[in-house]
Amino acid sequence: MALFNQLLLGIAKTHLLARKKQSAIAALGVTFGIGVFIIMVSFMTGLNGLLDGLILNRTPHVRIYNEVKQSERQPIEDLATYKDMAHIIHSIKPKNSQLKLRNGLAIRAELRKDKRVKGITPQVSTRIFYQAGAVQLNGNLAGMDVLEEARLFNFQQYIVGGKPEDLASNENAIVLGAGVAKNLSLQVGDYVQIVSINGSRERLKIVGLFQSGLADIDKVFSYCNIGTAQRLSGEGGDYFTDLHLKLHDIEAAAGMAEELRNSWGVNAIDIKTANAQFETGTSIRNMITYAVSFALLIVAGFGIYNILNMLIYEKMPDIAILKATGFSSGDVQRIFLYQAMMIGFVGAAIGLAFGFLASYGISQAPFETEALPTIKTFPVNFDPKFYIIGIIFALITTFLAGFMPSRKAGKIDPVDILRGQ
Amino acid sequence: MKPVLEARNIRKKFIDPVEVEILRGLDLSVMPGEFVSIMGKSGCGKSTLLYVLSTMDTQYEGELYLAGQALQGEKPNELDRIRNQHIGFVFQFHYLLPEFSVLKNVMLPALKLGLKSAEEIEHDAMEKLRLLDVQEQALKRATQISGGQKQRVAIARALINNPDIIMGDEPTGNLDSKNAQRVFDIFREITSEQKQSLLIVTHDQDFAAKTDRIIEMADGSIVSS
Repeated sequence: MALFNQLLLGIAKTHLLARKKQSAIAALGVTFGIGVFIIMVSFMTGLNGLLDGLILNRTPHVRIYNEVKQSERQPIEDLATYKDMAHIIHSIKPKNSQLKLRNGLAIRAELRKDKRVKGITPQVSTRIFYQAGAVQLNGNLAGMDVLEEARLFNFQQYIVGGKPEDLASNENAIVLGAGVAKNLSLQVGDYVQIVSINGSRERLKIVGLFQSGLADIDKVFSYCNIGTAQRLSGEGGDYFTDLHLKLHDIEAAAGMAEELRNSWGVNAIDIKTANAQFETGTSIRNMITYAVSFALLIVAGFGIYNILNMLIYEKMPDIAILKATGFSSGDVQRIFLYQAMMIGFVGAAIGLAFGFLASYGISQAPFETEALPTIKTFPVNFDPKFYIIGIIFALITTFLAGFMPSRKAGKIDPVDILRGQ
Repeated sequence: MKPVLEARNIRKKFIDPVEVEILRGLDLSVMPGEFVSIMGKSGCGKSTLLYVLSTMDTQYEGELYLAGQALQGEKPNELDRIRNQHIGFVFQFHYLLPEFSVLKNVMLPALKLGLKSAEEIEHDAMEKLRLLDVQEQALKRATQISGGQKQRVAIARALINNPDIIMGDEPTGNLDSKNAQRVFDIFREITSEQKQSLLIVTHDQDFAAKTDRIIEMADGSIVSS
């Protein structure tokens, strides 16, 4: 017995086409369920991707840095005299050490050879003041390799006005935080006076403005070339404070950070630990999407169940004669199951098309926000995976909805019907 | 000559609400080309007997043979197949499928049997419709033709797989005398020309009188045959 019997399919099709309106209404339930599923999941995951991208895309997968803290081993512990005694030390102060990342060059050289690493960029982070006349504003200046930052961490997405290349070729240039520029009423092309914490001054040309979408960052941070930052800190070419790593596989970040802490004795933090809340938000939003779609499909499933039950009640004499002329219980069961599946398949196919068109429409709708300067329309995810999930979802639901009524139809005893009339 | 249909010591009980024996050890056989009618008062068990013989009712005791093959205890799917190939049915009501054309209604049992191509089956079906003089209606929907025509289409459907035996449960019960006569003539022609057997349950004295043999039933037993 073939799964798809041409004859039984033909009978099922004839039954459906004989009741176009009823079949259409049943299919419409599925269409609605699947359509809404596609719209919701495309829009939700599109938005998720955008929000995650806001932080995750520009956050290094592993950040290696130096932290000012107290020594873990106090001198008293090394004295043989007090070896077996309890040490109680009050008011421990942080150790006075450089901000420079120790073994920075060696770590960088080693990691460049590592196959898991997609790229590595050094940064020099330094505290500065923006000077405008008599006013000094607190700030933070990060020196970096701007082209690498653009390649690995999408730096260019956050530049409004100007290009990252303008920074790369100019040792006396700066990309100013948009909030800083607003507060000091500066524009691209103007010059800004920078004062470092050890008192040296530089006059830098503004070649771009930087807008991260997080106002507190934009009011403080600015970017320049790594050489410029080293000069401002009064340090040489081997001075950097951070190493930013991008890996091929983000899942490897936690293990990698652990490894670095152990083998180099540096501080290393991975992206998951630093941004745990994003993961949670994403999974909850996905859960809501699937739950709502599932509820809609169950409603559609009940519609199909009802319509099939009514149809079978109405078709009792037909079922009886089919059985009398040699159609088996399984044949009859399949005739009605096919009907449910056809309703499901046609409804789902139209639902997918409808969902695609609607989400395409959404993706063309204008969406402008301060936080995301390069985004002009709503983000929508057109992943074909969702369309496959949708149609499988629909077929399973309609199969389940059709199963009970069609089994009932298969079990009808023809003698009861044929004798009864 | 061997009988087409043979039943030995058929017994059947209903338990509703007390046990009633509705068939009390019946023996019966139908020869090829024989036209047999079963008569009896309402409730004597003649329809029950017919449905046991038809293989649709499997709740009985006794032995049943169709063309020499034992049917008691066969699996439902095998019985469905045997019924499809070897038995044709005509009921008091036509039971045509309303969504399908007259032609398709006749073709369905043969399509289920699946021994011939769709073209051959269509050709056969037209032949049967012509035999019953309803070929003009072939492409109409089953609901668009008259009562007499419907019953003739139902007979064409019963004949499509050239069954060994055709069983009827009051096939003329719903027809006027002119149409009833017509159905009888068709039955007569089938038995004499195609050598197919007929086993018809009927109330109609005139109809029964013209058949080859009348089986009289009373209280679950055969009184004369």
